[in-house]
Amino acid sequence: MSVKIVNLKVNGVDKAFMARPETTLLLALREQLGLMGAKRGCAQGACGSCTVLLDGAPVVSCLVPAATVDGGDVATVEGLADGRRLSDVQQAFIDGFATQCGFCTPGMIMSAEALLARNPDPTADEVNEAISGNVCRCTGYAPIVSAILDAAQRRRERAEGADQEATL
Amino acid sequence: MTLLHGRGFASVNYPTGMNLGGDPSQALVHATTMGGFVVSLSSVDLGQGLKTVVAQCAAETLGIPMENVIVDTADTDTGPHCMGTFASRGTHRVGNAVIMAAREAREVMLQVAADELEVDAGDLETDGTGYVAVKGAAAKRIHISDIALAAHFKQGKTISGRGIFLKERSYPVPETGEMDPDSCQAHACTVAEVEVDDETGVVTVLRLYNTYEIGRALNPAMVAQQVEGGAWMGVSHAIFESTEPYYPASREHGPVDFSEYLMPGPGESPEQTSVILERPASNGPFGAKGIGEMTANAPIPAIANAIFDACGVRLATMPFTPESVLRGLDALRDAA
Amino acid sequence: MPRVNPIDSSFFKDERGPGDFTVIGKTVPRSDALGHVTGRTQFFEDRTFPDLAHLKIHRSPHHHALIDSVDTSEALRVPGVLRVLTHEDVPANWYGVLRLIGIGPDDEVVLAEDRVIYRGEPIVAVVADSEAAALEGASKVKVSYTVLPAVLDVEEAMSPDAPVIKKAGTNYFVYEGHHARRIRFGDVEAGFAQADHVFEWRYSSAPIEHAPTETTGCIVEPKPDGRLLIHSNTQAAFFTLDNTALIINRAPTDLQVKGGTVGGGFGGKVDVMVEPLACIAATLTNRPVKFVYTREEEMQVSSPRAAERIYIKDGVMNDGRIVARKIMLYVDAGAYARHSPYGATKAAAHLPGPYTIPNVYADCHCVYTNRTPSSAMRGFGVTIADFAIESQMDRVARALGMDPLQFRLVNAYRDGDMKAHRKEASGTALIEVIQRAAALVGHDLPAEYQAMSSSTPRGAIA
Repeated sequence: MSVKIVNLKVNGVDKAFMARPETTLLLALREQLGLMGAKRGCAQGACGSCTVLLDGAPVVSCLVPAATVDGGDVATVEGLADGRRLSDVQQAFIDGFATQCGFCTPGMIMSAEALLARNPDPTADEVNEAISGNVCRCTGYAPIVSAILDAAQRRRERAEGADQEATL
Repeated sequence: MTLLHGRGFASVNYPTGMNLGGDPSQALVHATTMGGFVVSLSSVDLGQGLKTVVAQCAAETLGIPMENVIVDTADTDTGPHCMGTFASRGTHRVGNAVIMAAREAREVMLQVAADELEVDAGDLETDGTGYVAVKGAAAKRIHISDIALAAHFKQGKTISGRGIFLKERSYPVPETGEMDPDSCQAHACTVAEVEVDDETGVVTVLRLYNTYEIGRALNPAMVAQQVEGGAWMGVSHAIFESTEPYYPASREHGPVDFSEYLMPGPGESPEQTSVILERPASNGPFGAKGIGEMTANAPIPAIANAIFDACGVRLATMPFTPESVLRGLDALRDAA
Repeated sequence: MPRVNPIDSSFFKDERGPGDFTVIGKTVPRSDALGHVTGRTQFFEDRTFPDLAHLKIHRSPHHHALIDSVDTSEALRVPGVLRVLTHEDVPANWYGVLRLIGIGPDDEVVLAEDRVIYRGEPIVAVVADSEAAALEGASKVKVSYTVLPAVLDVEEAMSPDAPVIKKAGTNYFVYEGHHARRIRFGDVEAGFAQADHVFEWRYSSAPIEHAPTETTGCIVEPKPDGRLLIHSNTQAAFFTLDNTALIINRAPTDLQVKGGTVGGGFGGKVDVMVEPLACIAATLTNRPVKFVYTREEEMQVSSPRAAERIYIKDGVMNDGRIVARKIMLYVDAGAYARHSPYGATKAAAHLPGPYTIPNVYADCHCVYTNRTPSSAMRGFGVTIADFAIESQMDRVARALGMDPLQFRLVNAYRDGDMKAHRKEASGTALIEVIQRAAALVGHDLPAEYQAMSSSTPRGAIA
């Protein structure tokens, strides 16, 4: 059983940890790096509570062997806010009452961030598709879908505002 | 293949609280030096928003801003007893306990303010801004942070209060079932509109229309969360869920994960339209009744009745799987 | 923007009052939302300890069997395994969570002794340095069995020739000498005799899982003063504390429960399933111990919503009045009582639904079978009964050729009516929610039905 040193970026910061063959990215984040935002809901890749971004793409971190992410770039929910300024998705989830128990929320938000990064103007169906691997037992999903669409609009308005500023 | 459409109705009531052992919850409230008010509980928030709603109850009763209320729960060393979060009791029991504690603390707060302002406590009022003012003379006022400082360092008083709500134990009469198990009843009527595919047997719940009577909506957005989220669970129960798909004949093939235990995803959830009515309960906090549980109930029979309306198949066993719809359609054809 | 349902203030105007509140009735932001969206909300599992030990269970593969022998020697040889726990390590192995409110007998074991009565019943707990070692250790426990016939059907379980699976001697909970929680109101047979029509149908359901996204679990931390700090996602902190203290035979003051933030409960986290063993393991190893259900355990071993079987027989007049309703209700409690005796009583109090019926007879049975014990879930005792009652209402209305909402309005309970459990109805609003729902979907109601009111006495239509 070999232990491997894994070097990676987490939320823009260089990190290193030791991974056994059975160590998942989820457990490395939680138990070795102290980042508790990604949750263990099933450890079977079927609930999405552990979703993080690996090189920009959403992954269920409970199924990713930590040893395979050497050199990778990981983004977790802890890295979204800039000081007290939340990301548009985070703020839209608060404003839209898209959280109840909150356990699925970090994974749901990371799936949404990944969607909006590649598709700034998604349809409701595209949002449904993007979060189809994230289980929520409380909300019935509708407030979550609304919040993600709201966040997309906020991002577009912000981008337009930045464009206007640039041309002035 | 034909897509058959149907509409079904269901109307229900639901008890707030269920008491077979005496059903209490307690709350303590105290002021900090600068006018924060700590509500100490041992109650559990399952995600329904108890921490928020008890803060609203405390702020309203004390007459102070929400920002000044701190809710500290659930630690059995620091919070007084709560029976637990179940039976749609949280808002009702804990809300009442918090109101009682906040009233007691408010009395002290007003007395301290009265002594500072050299007026009668009975002449004082609050407006939720953080000031205590003399009625009819709004300029004569004192802020709660100054009241709290005076209580701590000048008057030597604890601005604090104790609250408990107890629904006393009811013993059912064994012969007749006579009992007094609950505190009030909330009500709902749901109309479901479904589509049944007569080739695959798949039932799609298109729309739900809900009317709820819930006493008082303490936080309307959180009421909507319960109504919408609970209805989704009802849809899920109705058409998908079971840990034993061959119940009761066989215990085999039980799902073990979310890829086998099916629930509607975000694209399969019905459109919902809801209206809230308020008939305040005399014993509820500001009239509120508990609605955490009941929101899953009415959709299930409304869907069953809508399936019958759509295709003539009466499904009397949950869940309403495609197989059961197809078997029902076959039986109708055989009988014809 | 929050999704907010409109409040129709035209109903109960006088009772609603001026509503001149500052924060009540306002859409105040959720105080926990910031923590949820930033990942800072701390659930019980969101803490690490360098010396954390893990507890896993060896479970019964049989529905019903005698245990002939248990061999833990191989489990103990798994590297990393610290302890194995059997029933002999549990100070008060027999328990029942409702004993706190005086409901007995104590019918469940924390760890199996000489028999198992459901598939998945815990027999041995293995405590290890790592989760993997605990799982491997649990898989290495060897148990030999003599398999017994299983009872899996509620009505078969009630029959006199069924094998008795419970120590107490009956396959059902005994309510003060009765085999069911009874409701007896009026004379149901006279009601049927008087009725123009009698309808009887059967309804049933299968067990349903709570499926919270966070599985049931706890971490128990031995503190410097010898007390045990239980980080738990229980729905009821003191209920868990008191039951745990009784099972492990420690003073309640030796225990502290911290929680209050739960990743979904829905009733699934009110049984006291993980804390006692984790406390025993923490005491024996002097280490923090985590015991959290896997998703598979949550799905198949944790208590589901009970399956129910319900027979409803109605006597109905031509004008739509229900004059008699008899209900035989069977709750499949599975192998142990847990909260089910309470749920069956809650069902009884709910019958015959929100309708005023002069003659009601109900037997609500809490039946034991050789399956996973069921317990509380959202709508406990009521959800499946409502499915049955409201399906029945639809069928009877159709059989009479009546509009389904008018049929409900004719029978809807009102203030001052006596319910079947002999509590006078007050604060009722069934009529109004039906009227408002009809308006919502454009379902026309005749004027006399629109004029009905919960607060005016019945009789206008009848």
